Amino acid sequence: MEDMLLMEAIERYLGGDMNASERAYFEELRKNTPEIDQMVVEHSMFLHQMDMYASHRSLKHSLHEAHARLLERGDINEGGELSAKGKVIQLWNKYKRVTAIAASVGGIIALVISGLMLYFGPAVNGNQLEQLGKDIADIKRNQQVQGSIINEVKSKIPADVRFISGGSGFLIDTKGYIVTNAHVLKGSGAIVMNNKGQEFRANILHIDQEKDLAILKINDKDFKPITSLPYSIRKSNVELGETLYTLGYPRTDNDIVLGMGYMSAQTGFNGDSLSYQVQISANPGNSGGPVLNNNGEVIGVLSTRQAQAEGVAFAVKSKNIYRIVDNLKKADSSVSRIKLPARSTIKGQQLKQQIAEVKDCVFYVKSYTK
Amino acid sequence: MKADTNEQALLKGLAGNDSRAIDMLYKDNFSIIQTFILNNNGSYDDARDIFQEAMIALYEKAQNESFVLTCQIRTYLYSVCRRLWLKRLQQMGRFSRQVDNLDETVPVEEDLEMHEKRNADFDMMDRALNSLGEPCKSLLEGYYLKKMGMQELAAEFGYTNADNAKNQKYKCLMRLKKLFFTQYNIGE
Repeated sequence: MEDMLLMEAIERYLGGDMNASERAYFEELRKNTPEIDQMVVEHSMFLHQMDMYASHRSLKHSLHEAHARLLERGDINEGGELSAKGKVIQLWNKYKRVTAIAASVGGIIALVISGLMLYFGPAVNGNQLEQLGKDIADIKRNQQVQGSIINEVKSKIPADVRFISGGSGFLIDTKGYIVTNAHVLKGSGAIVMNNKGQEFRANILHIDQEKDLAILKINDKDFKPITSLPYSIRKSNVELGETLYTLGYPRTDNDIVLGMGYMSAQTGFNGDSLSYQVQISANPGNSGGPVLNNNGEVIGVLSTRQAQAEGVAFAVKSKNIYRIVDNLKKADSSVSRIKLPARSTIKGQQLKQQIAEVKDCVFYVKSYTK
Repeated sequence: MKADTNEQALLKGLAGNDSRAIDMLYKDNFSIIQTFILNNNGSYDDARDIFQEAMIALYEKAQNESFVLTCQIRTYLYSVCRRLWLKRLQQMGRFSRQVDNLDETVPVEEDLEMHEKRNADFDMMDRALNSLGEPCKSLLEGYYLKKMGMQELAAEFGYTNADNAKNQKYKCLMRLKKLFFTQYNIGE
């Protein structure tokens, strides 16, 4: 019985329910009786555990409720009409066995074919290479961020679209032609944004999956053609050891980011002669950004990095830009006016000044599907 | 990057178990996580579990008054879910290389260690409470979790007066504490 009264007193003491004189008396008791002191400490800890338990339990409950509520309202989905990706997984689970048999038959054939392929073309190595485009899922959040940075009246993003990929890109012609990586454009349409946060609608003119390059044209009355581009685009190869820098948009808050490094090999991954190896720290979102040397010449388009190695990135050689522009001109006579910049006006300037000029020509490219 | 005031308000709401804030957070972030889990060998149930676990981890952080999130909530939740899911995949022995995609993440290892410790505490208390049996369990839940008064409890459980209920509560509490601390001290 006494223990019970003591426990009650401890609880009242810990709960702050004692009046001043009671409290003083109890504290005195605590001080003089180590056993009681020990009990208070222990019980206080226990009550703390209980409180945490209680708040966790009610949070778990709230989360379950929220889940059920949102499911009912259709704000989230489970099964049924989920996106195509979900369906694929479900189908896969359903037909796993059939697929396995089919795949093993197919595998043998594939082995033969891929053996042959090795002789004829550079193999694409999906696992060891990472493309540096980024997948954008949450269009809303991004728009909020943009809204806070710029004073634009209205977003250029068409209603009811879903952003699926993004990266960087840069002007190759003063009239608004932009080069980026093919893998940056996974969707059917695109918008581009300059480093001040201004958005422009753009058309996808040409995609070359093999070279992993694509050309966009800004098609927006708000876009003011610039008088001249600061950089030129190099036609020949560059030497090892040349200092390089790149500008791009790897961050989610749309700030342009500079990366620096050097030219490390004349060929890309597994001897791929379409690209260089560069030592630059690159992140998802850097894809499609220009790689420039100290002379203000674009020497490549940053595209992939090696998954297991730090700082090893690959850039599509700049002469491929000439090639795809030529291809595009042949295919579409209306674009014969594209004129690639032949002379760098920032040559010999300090890096800071170079970047100040180049950054206005580097855009954040976002691709969407309807 | 700084979390904007909107996100801070959401976190505050979450810390206070506010259903509107929870709904918002849920609505804005769940689908991304679901897609990620589904694309990486998971089921709808896995997605729900992992996401809710991450929300609890965020809640624990948000409990701290001085806490300021240094990245977007979305990035944080994604990072936690990714970590949790990788761990679970490894435990189940179906680790797939595919998980290696390139979305932005922030380091969350320390937070998760803390979270695991809290989870362990939670499970201990849960086990201790559940092994008490009735009416002890409900009585203690009524008093300590629902913060009901002794009078009220006596009426609900049919004790003739509050003192009897108090007596019973004391006995139950002693049993619970014993159960809890035995586990707790083994766990230490």
